[in-house]
Amino acid sequence: MIVKKIGSVDFNFINPELVRKMSSTEIKNPETYDKDGYPMEGGLMDPHLGVINPGIKCKTCGQTMRNCSGHFGHLELERPVIHSEFGRRLELLMNCTCKDCGKLVLNDDQIRKLQEASKGKLVDYTKRILLKAKSAKKCPHCNAVVSKTVLDKPTNFFYNKERIYPTQIREWMEKIPEEHLKLMGYDTQRIRPEWFVITVLQVPPITIRPSITLDNGIKSEDDLTHKLVDIIRIDNRLKDNIEAGAPQLIIEDLWDLLQYHVTTYFDNNTAGVPPAKHRSGRPLRTIIQRLKGKKGRFRYNLTGKRVNHAARSTIVPDPYIDISELGVPLEAAEELTVPEFVTEWNLETMKKMIEKSDKPVYVIRPNGSRRKVSAENKEEIAKELDVGYRVERNLQDGDIVLFNRQPSLHRLSMMAHTARIMPGKVFRMNPIVCSPYNADFDGDEMNCHVPQTEEGKAEARLLMLSRDQIISPRYGAPLIAPKEDGVSGCFALTMPQTEFTKEEAMQLLYSIGLSELPKPDRGKKYSGRIIFSQILPKGLNLEFESFTSKVFNDAGYTPQDSKIVDEIMSKVKIVDGKLVSGVIDSNALSEGRGKIVDAIAREYPSTVIEEFYKGVNRITSFILTNQGMTASLAEYEVSKDIESLKTKAIDEALKKAEALVESYHRGKLEIIPGKTVDESFEQYMVRVGYEAKAKVEKAIMKEKLHYVTSEKMTLNTISMILAKSRGSSLNLMNIAGFWGQASVREGRPKKGYYNRLITSNEKGDVGLLAGGFIRNNFLEGMNAKEYFYHAMGGRQGEVDTGVSTKVSGYLYRRLANALKDLVASPDGTVRTASNMLVQYQYGEDGIFPMNTKSGMGVDVKEELKKLKESGEI
Amino acid sequence: MAETLEKQKHYLVPEHVLIKKDKVSELMAELGIKKEDLPRIYKDDAALKLLGAEKGDVVKIIRDSLTAGQSVYYRRVV
Repeated sequence: MIVKKIGSVDFNFINPELVRKMSSTEIKNPETYDKDGYPMEGGLMDPHLGVINPGIKCKTCGQTMRNCSGHFGHLELERPVIHSEFGRRLELLMNCTCKDCGKLVLNDDQIRKLQEASKGKLVDYTKRILLKAKSAKKCPHCNAVVSKTVLDKPTNFFYNKERIYPTQIREWMEKIPEEHLKLMGYDTQRIRPEWFVITVLQVPPITIRPSITLDNGIKSEDDLTHKLVDIIRIDNRLKDNIEAGAPQLIIEDLWDLLQYHVTTYFDNNTAGVPPAKHRSGRPLRTIIQRLKGKKGRFRYNLTGKRVNHAARSTIVPDPYIDISELGVPLEAAEELTVPEFVTEWNLETMKKMIEKSDKPVYVIRPNGSRRKVSAENKEEIAKELDVGYRVERNLQDGDIVLFNRQPSLHRLSMMAHTARIMPGKVFRMNPIVCSPYNADFDGDEMNCHVPQTEEGKAEARLLMLSRDQIISPRYGAPLIAPKEDGVSGCFALTMPQTEFTKEEAMQLLYSIGLSELPKPDRGKKYSGRIIFSQILPKGLNLEFESFTSKVFNDAGYTPQDSKIVDEIMSKVKIVDGKLVSGVIDSNALSEGRGKIVDAIAREYPSTVIEEFYKGVNRITSFILTNQGMTASLAEYEVSKDIESLKTKAIDEALKKAEALVESYHRGKLEIIPGKTVDESFEQYMVRVGYEAKAKVEKAIMKEKLHYVTSEKMTLNTISMILAKSRGSSLNLMNIAGFWGQASVREGRPKKGYYNRLITSNEKGDVGLLAGGFIRNNFLEGMNAKEYFYHAMGGRQGEVDTGVSTKVSGYLYRRLANALKDLVASPDGTVRTASNMLVQYQYGEDGIFPMNTKSGMGVDVKEELKKLKESGEI
Repeated sequence: MAETLEKQKHYLVPEHVLIKKDKVSELMAELGIKKEDLPRIYKDDAALKLLGAEKGDVVKIIRDSLTAGQSVYYRRVV
């Protein structure tokens, strides 16, 4: 095979001589088929133009449909027409040159200067020439009067306010000397401006405008063919009229009509020209429409590709399948196929499979011919089956598939899963793998692709399997991790109060899939910690603070307060895969922070973390269904103490604000460096509000901790806040405390009426309550003013989410498109597709974040600890 | 008279160090890169004004980097 590399592609205007040379035949008959349905000689379906029916040989090259790519024909136009895309160029040329002699309307001196400036290269001086030519009254070369040419877009020219016809324009263009054209950027070896006036039209091969036979036997022609028929028909009429010596007026009308058809043949959306319509009223899709835009050849067919062996459906969560599994609906699995090679080792299995099958299975013989297995021929085919055959079987459990959700923003948007065929019509996925896909289950649809080659399958399995992608390649921390219910469940399990009887423990362990019961650690009962230890891998050693202990610490608790508090506040300690102390919460499990997840994902094979996640999911289901986690209004009722603290804090804030307002009015306010008086005042006011809020927030949080410190723990929203699985003390504060300062654009809301926010305030009142401070909470409800303040902040939030997702999404897309071809090459440099050097070291530090701990190439503390343990230091 | 602004000393302009022609091949061996691979910089670039760079020299640019603290970049003078 001769392999040639394309060096460059050059686009140019086609030469009329070349059009005639390329042409296989002249087309001048407006009819396409005769009454017997055979293509007419010299018609638009002339067999010289190529073949579109199988079995027929091409009259030009003698090849059949597959091999003949078609041949151009040509049409000699009776009168030349302007190529509508080049009207503007013609106008420029005409305004720069003299109609009589064709030379530039510059004197010899000026021309020489330009020629010298170009240094023999092709430079476009059109703008400069035009500037000088504008003022010229007479041609410096032949002394003829020079007039202005005006283009009435797209194709009508007026010279000195009189219509000038394409024939005249063509004569004019022919006169322009080569040296002068060069100054306007024309490479005269390859292009001449008179070609912009079309004398001979190329007729494209039928392969690019095939006629289709409809079901009822009626032939339907392509839009381009329709347009060409129009052109030929008018051309013939023009010819007849000229031969018959018709009046000039009629000829000019027909000429204009021909111009119209040729214009719309190239671009049916030319400005100022009504688009040509199909009989049904639909505008025709002519040449430019075929190429341009979203549905054009480039963006639709060349850049966008469609694939086979894919399925798309709604996704649904299923915590009972593993994170690297994907529940594929049976209906999809029966449609998707996987090719399997028949070898001496699987011959018998394959035979059996074919004999058993009642679903479509294909068998491909070594010579490439394929047969569909049906109930009648399956025994015969099974007998025939031998080594070297291939069987296209249906998707079955354990097959590797790729799963993807748009927008595909990073590599984790497409990961490999092993298929699990399940009833229903939807894809099922473990909710833990939502985050890399950014999926939820409010109706999201996802795509599934089935790799067809052994290489593809191996690549998917080794590089893309979802359980190998736990650590984010972006920031080097766990990305696929339990959240919300998973964290809450483990929190509830590992709280010191949680204990199980032998029966309960057996039930729980069995639901995890374990059949061995550890020794009870609390007399006859089992603590939650010992259950949790069962899902931890052996050899895991960790020690860290839990988020819960931090909350207790901030609330002013000390380990001495009670035995339970002591246990809650103690460090999470894992020794050889046993949870010794501490509470498991989001610091242990969640996305980005989870220490346990991070350690297991890094130090064990990926199957271990999959097992761990399986355990977490089962624990969660068990705990949350057996013990329950719920919310009640009582959780948000506060004691009298808090109530009085709240009023006191608000009163204090109001007093402080009053003082601030006064010093502001007297001009004695201390100015924050770099800010104006007004800005400083606003910041002080906001700060007053926040200080009051923070004080009460802390107190409420502290008071609410009794739910988890009591002997009989209540699982409610407070435990969710503690585990950091959902909600925060701020949410609690907004419900039970007070909202505080409403904010719009990082400050107090300002815009509204003249000198006031809403009309129920005094004019010029800049105090706390007039500036958007809300002293009520959600439970009690706000008053009318506060309701409006709150809505101002709420509106901004709503607008922001809408705008920022749109803007940042597009920004990200642009960035990703610009960077997508950069490659880290083996020598450590980053290079573009054309091997240009961009960075001397990948990311300037040569570190791949996926292999780091939160972006740090070396965890010095960790390494030091390891060295000390091994006794090297 | 107003002081002329020295662009080279502005804090946003990274440090440029000139590596003369004769040392270039040494540097290339060290980096394991061909000379043609280097990104280019114009001889009359404002940052090179005081260095007296000639065509064929290489400029070493020491920049502050978010990831590596400091990063070294090389450009070929054209």
